[in-house]
Amino acid sequence: MSITPNTMTNLPAHHILSVLVQNRPGVLARVAGLFARRGYNIFSLAVAPTEDPDLSRITIVVDVESAPLEQIVKQLFKLVDVVKISELDPRRSVERELMIATVRIAAEERGQVVELTNIFEGKILAVGVEAITVSLEGSPEKLDDFEELLRGYGIVELQRTGRVALPKLDKEARLRAVRGKAS
Amino acid sequence: MSEKITGAQALIRALEKEKVDTIFGLPGGCILPAYDPLLSSPIRHILVRHEQGAGHMAEGYAHVTGRPGVAMVTSGPAATNMVTPLCDAYMDSIPMICITGQVSTTAIGTDAFQECDTVGITRSVTKHNELIMSPDEIPLMVRQAFHIATTGRPGPVLLDLPKDVLQNSMTWHWPSDEEVIDSLPGYRPTMKGHPRMIKEAARLILEAKQPVLYVGGGVLKARAAEALLELAELVDAPVVTTLMARGAIPDEHPLCIGMPGMHGNATAVTAMQKSDLLVTLGARFDDRITGKVDAFAPDAKIIHVDIDPAEQGKVRRPDVPIVGDCRLVIEEIVKALKDMLQGGAVKPDISAWKSRVSGWQEQFPLHYAAAEPGDALKPQYCLEQLRDNSPEGTILCSGVGQHQMWSSQYWNFSEPYTWVNSGGLGTMGFSIPAAIGAKVGRPDRTVWAVDGDGCFQMTAQELVTASVERIPIKVAVLNNSYLGMVRQWQEMFYEERYSEVYLSPEVPDFVKWAEAMGCVGIRVESPEEVQPAIEKANSIDDRSVVVEFRVDASEKVFPMIPAGQSNDDILLHPDQCSVREYLR
Repeated sequence: MSITPNTMTNLPAHHILSVLVQNRPGVLARVAGLFARRGYNIFSLAVAPTEDPDLSRITIVVDVESAPLEQIVKQLFKLVDVVKISELDPRRSVERELMIATVRIAAEERGQVVELTNIFEGKILAVGVEAITVSLEGSPEKLDDFEELLRGYGIVELQRTGRVALPKLDKEARLRAVRGKAS
Repeated sequence: MSEKITGAQALIRALEKEKVDTIFGLPGGCILPAYDPLLSSPIRHILVRHEQGAGHMAEGYAHVTGRPGVAMVTSGPAATNMVTPLCDAYMDSIPMICITGQVSTTAIGTDAFQECDTVGITRSVTKHNELIMSPDEIPLMVRQAFHIATTGRPGPVLLDLPKDVLQNSMTWHWPSDEEVIDSLPGYRPTMKGHPRMIKEAARLILEAKQPVLYVGGGVLKARAAEALLELAELVDAPVVTTLMARGAIPDEHPLCIGMPGMHGNATAVTAMQKSDLLVTLGARFDDRITGKVDAFAPDAKIIHVDIDPAEQGKVRRPDVPIVGDCRLVIEEIVKALKDMLQGGAVKPDISAWKSRVSGWQEQFPLHYAAAEPGDALKPQYCLEQLRDNSPEGTILCSGVGQHQMWSSQYWNFSEPYTWVNSGGLGTMGFSIPAAIGAKVGRPDRTVWAVDGDGCFQMTAQELVTASVERIPIKVAVLNNSYLGMVRQWQEMFYEERYSEVYLSPEVPDFVKWAEAMGCVGIRVESPEEVQPAIEKANSIDDRSVVVEFRVDASEKVFPMIPAGQSNDDILLHPDQCSVREYLR
């Protein structure tokens, strides 16, 4: 489930595509369809409108192993609704993700989960008699660690949003903004 | 300005504004509202017998005119019948507009009668498609569709129109060019090549000792035949024209060495293999051209001119990628070459290369064993006779299979836009509807469809359309009672184990069938009947003609490069010596 960094070369094990699209019906299906057609697996996907309500940003995380990205990026760019694609280098971008988890826990042990959540600077969203729902926002790696620790208590349900990312405020942050609009 | 009309009226008016003169279609429930204003429109509607026919007719029309073909059909099964022509047009970059009816917006998603998810089904076989949810959107969507279909790398665009959107009223407004461009912020095709890359291309051309111009269908789409001729003559290099580019430079031009690829001629194939520079113009290194990719033109540097950035590096990494319109880029390369030559650059002497190439032409001509008296008719002979006895400017259409390859091999293409075939998708049954569309687009030309007996049986009913709509075409059916190309593969690669390829020598009776559809039917069984039959067919111009040639089923298409093998392993006719041996 988690993307493991390539420890031998210390290279990131995933690609992040930040795809700016026109906010119209069917756009997500077009984008997802291109990946499906070429047998690429999308690891995570987050979509939401941007500061401009006519545009949405789709953040797609693709496993490096699945294939070289060049062809799919070019094909994506041919979609009429796609306005811009940036391929973000994970080392030069900020990535964030949100997780919500419900943990089954007896009232007397609840304090341990509350403490853990506080250490991670997460939030308590709801408390029941034998369960607690917590949330955590942060880097995907931080979420991985938190998830691992929660697992020991018994996770009833867990949902992660998938990554959203933007380039770091550094001129080189954009590894490559694909130019030359499609035909 | 604030005129109120229905969505259907807006649709037809928008098509008129886009200068559509012909729609190929077949009405049905959901598209009915659009057929009413058609009655008072100057647009000609051609009523087909199957929706697939409407799609291929639109393609044939677009092939020969360069203008987008328009097909209009209803929802559900009509839309699914359009999938094949849409995919065909997508693969061969044919500009085409397809309008489909859809169930009313209130019924979408309810599994209503004749409902299907048309935009979902056609998403991967169109350049773009849209479900129009309001009549007010119709004019802009139509303008966008024509803009997208005809610019950049051309392709099919589908508009899906719910019945209530056609029935409801809207305020007419015809968007300006600026409105169209502004409404498509993600669509900006690159037309002009990068100046540095153009210079680099010119430099490589002036260094090459064994250059070949590798010309694909993109040159025709860009209307770049004249520019190509100038470049070819300036560089003085051999030119190969792929299946999609036949006629881009006349076959009789001394620099033209014909079609490369799986059934290309040995000279075109070998020249590419031995080349040190492939000037690739609007071609896409299709598997039928490259054979085994690793062994394709191993010593060649690659200049790749293509308007579609995704073609750059898709199959073969180019040394000089140039994204842009073929005509503009070729003109710029010519200019750069002339500047360099005027600046003192010297063209290398490539006479040795050219004489090697012409040596191969002499050594490896197209060849088949002529029929001995009493032998069955040779299909290649029929095509030679058709070529030699048809009027100048004849447009040739073909289906898919052996007859298609023989057509491309044996015809003499002397001008662009006279060859219509299904190259990428390989759609059997393409030729008859495509020929009808071509004849509608170019009524001044003689149009011959070359078909196999297998292909003919897929779409022959459109000859009824041709008769009723008075669109006289001519069909040459090369009847060998087999799915010939499949038979050829079974003979060569499956130890002559013929599985499900034998059709029937007796049924259908092609002559009676032709007559039943309002055509003249002629059967030809011996060589001496061939020429008179063709002459008779050419003399009939008030009806369509079907000439059935009963041909030798054992004939195979040569040369042939077996799938996945190196182009160095090209197989010639068994009477000829091996290319590999010769070159050793």
